[in-house]
Parts: sequence; C-alpha cells; structure tokens
Amino acid sequence: MKILTLSNCFFFALTLPLTTITLSAAHAQQPVSGYDYLTPEMQEMQIDDFGNPGMLTVDAGEIRFSTAGKNGKSCASCHGDDGSKLDIKHIASYPVYSTALKKPLTLRGQILLCQDERIGGPSLGHSSAEALQLEAFVRRLALGETVNVDVSGEMAPYYEAGKNLFHTRWGQVDIACHQCHVYHAGRTFRGQTLSQGQSNGFPGYRYTAGKAVSTPERITGCLANLRAEPYASDSVEYINLEVYMNARGNGLKIETPGIRY
Amino acid sequence: MQKTRLFRLPLLFAASLIIPTTYATDASSSGQPYYEWKVENFEIKEPLGGLEGNAVRGKAIAGNQSRGNCLACHLLPIPEEPFFGNLGPPLTGIGSRQSTGMIRLHVVDQSRFNPETVMPGYYRTPAQLNRVAKALKGKTWLNAQEIEDVVAYLTSLK
Repeated sequence: MKILTLSNCFFFALTLPLTTITLSAAHAQQPVSGYDYLTPEMQEMQIDDFGNPGMLTVDAGEIRFSTAGKNGKSCASCHGDDGSKLDIKHIASYPVYSTALKKPLTLRGQILLCQDERIGGPSLGHSSAEALQLEAFVRRLALGETVNVDVSGEMAPYYEAGKNLFHTRWGQVDIACHQCHVYHAGRTFRGQTLSQGQSNGFPGYRYTAGKAVSTPERITGCLANLRAEPYASDSVEYINLEVYMNARGNGLKIETPGIRY
Repeated sequence: MQKTRLFRLPLLFAASLIIPTTYATDASSSGQPYYEWKVENFEIKEPLGGLEGNAVRGKAIAGNQSRGNCLACHLLPIPEEPFFGNLGPPLTGIGSRQSTGMIRLHVVDQSRFNPETVMPGYYRTPAQLNRVAKALKGKTWLNAQEIEDVVAYLTSLK
C-alpha cells in the first residue's frame, strides 16, 4: 500500500511539470500544414494535378462555374471565364463578415448566396455535391495564396465562439479538438499521423474516406470518431468553427485540394 | 419482478428498432447494467459488478478497432498487428509495473490520473459526457465484462 502511495507521488512529480511544459509550448505553436504530416508518397500525390483525386471535384466545379442558372447567367458571367476576375486574396480571407447578413459568411455560404441571388437558382443544398464542387474550384484558384482571415471587430465574438467549440469535449470518447491537434500533432494514431487539424487544404480529398470533403464535413468525420452527435453542415457551430480554424491557420498557404487522412 | 420485466420487453424491442445497425456491435453495454465504481488511492480495487475477466477475450478487445482499440495509441505485445500508435506509453510489461486496481482505473477513466488525457474513458460515468451520439446516449464504450477482460489481459502482461 505504502509503495503504491509513493509510486503515485513519483508519478505526479514526474508528469505534472512535463504536462505544463507541453501545454505552454503547444499554445505558442506555429501553424503547420497537414501536408507536412503526410507520407512522401501522399505528398507527391497531392502536388501532382493528374494524380490528385481531389482534382476531379475541382474540375466538376469548373464546369459548374460556367453552367447557366435559371436567369441564364453563370458564375463566369460576373467573375470571368475560369474565375479570372475573382480576387484570390479575398478568397483566402474567408470566412468574412457580411454586413448585410450581420454574421460571418463562409466561402461556401457566399457561393450559395450567389447561386440564389445572382444566377436565379436552382438553390443548392449546403452539403450538396454541387456546392462542394464549386467551393473546391473557387478555393483552388487561390492555390498558394496565404490564408488571412480578419477576426477583429465584428468577427471577434464568432472567433471566440469557434475557439470555445475547438476546446470543448465531445461524445463518448470525451475529448476536444485541441487535445489531439494541439497537444499531440505529429504522434501516430494506429497507422496515421495526427496533424494540427489545419484547414488550408480544404476542400480536400480524404484518403481514408475516399472522397472530397470540405471543412464542415471533415469536422463531422471527427465528431463521428468521437462518437458525438454531429451538427448540420450549415449550423452556426460549424461556421464559428470554420472562422476559428481558418484564422488559426493564418499564414499557411492554400493547398486545395489537399490530400488528408 | 416478473411483471416489471415483461413490461419492459416491448420497450426494449422498440429501442432496438431505432438504433442504427452500425452501432449494433458498439451498443454492447445495453445488455449490462452500469455498475458504480469507487476510486481509492488511484485504484478501483473491486472488479466491476464482481465480474471475472478473461485475458484471451481481453486481448481480442484490445486489438479490435471498433472495441477497445488500445493499440491505436499504445504499443502492445501483439506481433501480428502491423500498426501501433504512440499517443500513449507502451503497455508491454504493464502487469508488473502496476497493480490490478490501478490498471482498472486507467481503463475505466484515465482522466482521474490526467485531466487533459486524450484516452477515452471506457467506463466513464455516462451522465458526465457532452453531446454523445444519440444511439449511444447513456452507454459506456465498453461494458463491465469487457472492462474486466481487458484488465485481466493487461494484468497478464508481466
């Protein structure tokens, strides 16, 4: 009994300072792209336009970009063929604050809004394949551009809300995003390497799921792993999380479509 | 007693209809009641529900991806498995380093040792959990028998 008590003391004496050091180091961490945690083979696959399966989604988005809506106009009518008139720095700054809607607007939210208001529909579901394709195509235009989300002013409360969610424990597994993606990035979980959970490669191609996904769908995948109840794709929670996660990756280069586990 | 049980049968049947099939194997705790456990000096001395563990079954649970999945994070002496994670410490020889009661608490609720742990509480009190998937609400990850099986396996690693 005595020995056990002693070993407990020893255990805590040993682990507590270590934990504190890890935590303080983790909070100061520099953003690292999920690309850096891939195997060399997967990295090669990502940067090869013909080998990257996510490019199929981007290509489908390109066709959709110039497909006319109900009023005869397409995205290309305003934004130029192949989106040449779009400002790539602006693409890299999403989610942005919409003064009209008085809330943050994600890139996908903006595309769906355009689809409804500018080209007269038909409306696309938030989690529809079409919306994902368009988002992937538009985000791809900003390939290599630096993620730069402004979370000052009116965006601040949404950033804070997203940050809270990122640090909230979920599900039967009862762990929060930051516990894996801040404290343990770089360690292996079975055959996979945990990344920082950065969003700069999204919409991307999930190797393990065999399909293209965007940030909200990736979060749903995580919540399913945590045996938690996911939110709807267009929920306030996911929008706030996207605000926080994109801003957390400020300074990283856009890699859409990134290959991720 | 008999009457109460009969009354519950249709309810159980109805519940089984709304649980998606993907969770059918995970919902194993539904067959067993939740046993309260008590921590004393970083140990749970009494086996959950007084059940006896089986190390062979425990090894299978530890290696099963949809059950214990211990090797997702820990190195274990299971040479036929290709991948082990390194989020947690190696568990080879754990039985000679820690008491059975301490191993039991590690498996039941690791947060009692480290509040910031990423290890799932396999038998953490369900009422303390946030936003659990609807089909798993009120359930523990492993049931009491499975916990005891895993504890028996880990204790056998000398």
